[in-house]
Amino acid sequence: MTQNQATYIVNLYHRIGFGLRNLLLLLFAFVTIFPFVWSAILATKDRTTMFSGGIDFSLGDKLVENYGNLLEIMDFWTGMLNSFSIAAIGTAVSLIFCSMAGYALATFQFKGRNAIFGIMVASMMIPPVLTLIPYFMVINTLGLANTHLAVWLPFTINPFGIFLIRQYVVASVPKDLLEASKLDGASEFRTYWSVVLPLLRPGLATLAIVQFVFLWNNFLQPLVVLNSPDKMVITQMLRGVQGVPNTPWGAVMLGTTISILPLIALYMTASKQMIAGLTSGAVK
Amino acid sequence: MTTEAVTQLLTESELTDQRKRSRFLNRLTPYGFLSPYLIIYGVFGIFPVFFMVFLSFHYWNPVEGLGSMTFVGFENYALGLTDPTLWQTMWNTLVMAVLSGLPQHLVALPMAYFLVMMGSKARHWFTTAYFLPYITSTVAVSMIFYVMYSKDSGIINAALAYLADAAWSGWLFGDLKDVLPLGWVQENGLIRYSVSFVVWWKYVGFNIVIYTAGLATINNDLYEAAKIDGANSWQRFTRVSLPLLRPFIFFGVTLTIIGNMNLFDEPYVLTVGGQFAQTAGKTISNYLYQVAWEWLDMGSAAAISWILFVVIGIFTAIYFWFFGRQGLGGE
Repeated sequence: MTQNQATYIVNLYHRIGFGLRNLLLLLFAFVTIFPFVWSAILATKDRTTMFSGGIDFSLGDKLVENYGNLLEIMDFWTGMLNSFSIAAIGTAVSLIFCSMAGYALATFQFKGRNAIFGIMVASMMIPPVLTLIPYFMVINTLGLANTHLAVWLPFTINPFGIFLIRQYVVASVPKDLLEASKLDGASEFRTYWSVVLPLLRPGLATLAIVQFVFLWNNFLQPLVVLNSPDKMVITQMLRGVQGVPNTPWGAVMLGTTISILPLIALYMTASKQMIAGLTSGAVK
Repeated sequence: MTTEAVTQLLTESELTDQRKRSRFLNRLTPYGFLSPYLIIYGVFGIFPVFFMVFLSFHYWNPVEGLGSMTFVGFENYALGLTDPTLWQTMWNTLVMAVLSGLPQHLVALPMAYFLVMMGSKARHWFTTAYFLPYITSTVAVSMIFYVMYSKDSGIINAALAYLADAAWSGWLFGDLKDVLPLGWVQENGLIRYSVSFVVWWKYVGFNIVIYTAGLATINNDLYEAAKIDGANSWQRFTRVSLPLLRPFIFFGVTLTIIGNMNLFDEPYVLTVGGQFAQTAGKTISNYLYQVAWEWLDMGSAAAISWILFVVIGIFTAIYFWFFGRQGLGGE
């Protein structure tokens, strides 16, 4: 075997290796994307074309009909609006509460600081399902059953968010600045609101992503607490139509597809920030 | 004493009063900032724990109001500990946790390794695609998979039927003809795989991102050095990447375990609220929900929660005892 033949064979092996690797990556991309594409395709079909057997990747012509059916089987836009308002209000309030707590933990020395730290870490370890019954009881006792407040308020003090903000305060708010602001006569709250908060913008954006995605997708707490159709969130409504006899699956797939579009649209415009935000607990 | 001296004394005492008050207020400031956390956590986090202890010794049907609460002693615990469904659902949870969790990491590690070798543009596009399922709601994706798993019209059965019939693949898939159409979400023998696949599919991308970030922290010189020493691609992965990724693996696996212990949405949707595949597809969370909200027996559910709390606590302790130190980098 000549030198040339040998390098040719080595190169061939390399090329096959690269080819296999790329094929694997592409195949996995297909597996992740396919269900979304498939639900969009089914959204344009009705029962007869769906049940015809065989695999047909072409788009149907029943989109308008499915939309009509969708509005018939559920109060679709009420659900979307409920989900949106819960996610938006819950996110906004959690930004304020978490940043207040994170700021306090980062800048002040006070009694009970370590105890609060300990409680926060411990509360992150407790599986949420164990707290479901006490959560439900407290909501009932406070008369918050079937209110949106019940679904977002308990999540506004996310310990992960508080730690995240604390890190940001330590890293990006100079102590001198806080003292200068106090010398100028600003109150403690004023200092936090107009000096600290603007500096925390990247941290707040990260937290906002985490909170919004969680609240939009949440299912368990709404399922337990919200029971009248005008209060239900979209995830509850979608799951609810499983029980409908002769479910118009085209309509349900249309609803499912529309319900994930807001987050996908957000993801398309800011995928890097969203990925970084949602994995920030892990990567730091 | 002259009047001047008196006024001076007065103003001084006033001043110290003021100073005291402002020092007192200063000391309160951190608690003021923490008050939303303290109040909400007190109401939703600490108070309920005590109430749960109380409740677990009672019978209570929430529909009949607080008046229906009656003391039953350890009956709820006795019922819970001897309830075969409780241990069955715990086993189901464990099996599905392993079936979905282990492949997540076994696939994510090499995928991340491959991705890091790609150019940054291709890597970005692939990562974006892989992460997509993580941001979509579990209910929405479970609904989509529920339709895909459908016995008579689902694409998975249709694809298998095609493969069993077609000339080029019949030799491999031909035997499937006898069992098709498969009830992916109806049959107890299949439901665990069906649920685990959805969970796997949803979280692989998340783990890939974690491992990609971990691999990015490894200095390229180490690979170069290994290459010079004659290590091939596989050896570089197992001898250089894997050991250095240990803290990331520990973190990723911990998150997977916590997530899988709480598995609720996917089996709930895929088994249509527990109507299908009841014995094998029900997780501990599904069972807890059923006891509390379908059978309306809050006392038993509270007792089950405590039993679970102890079991999970023991497992967590064992896990950290064995892997905690290694995972955190051997400190």
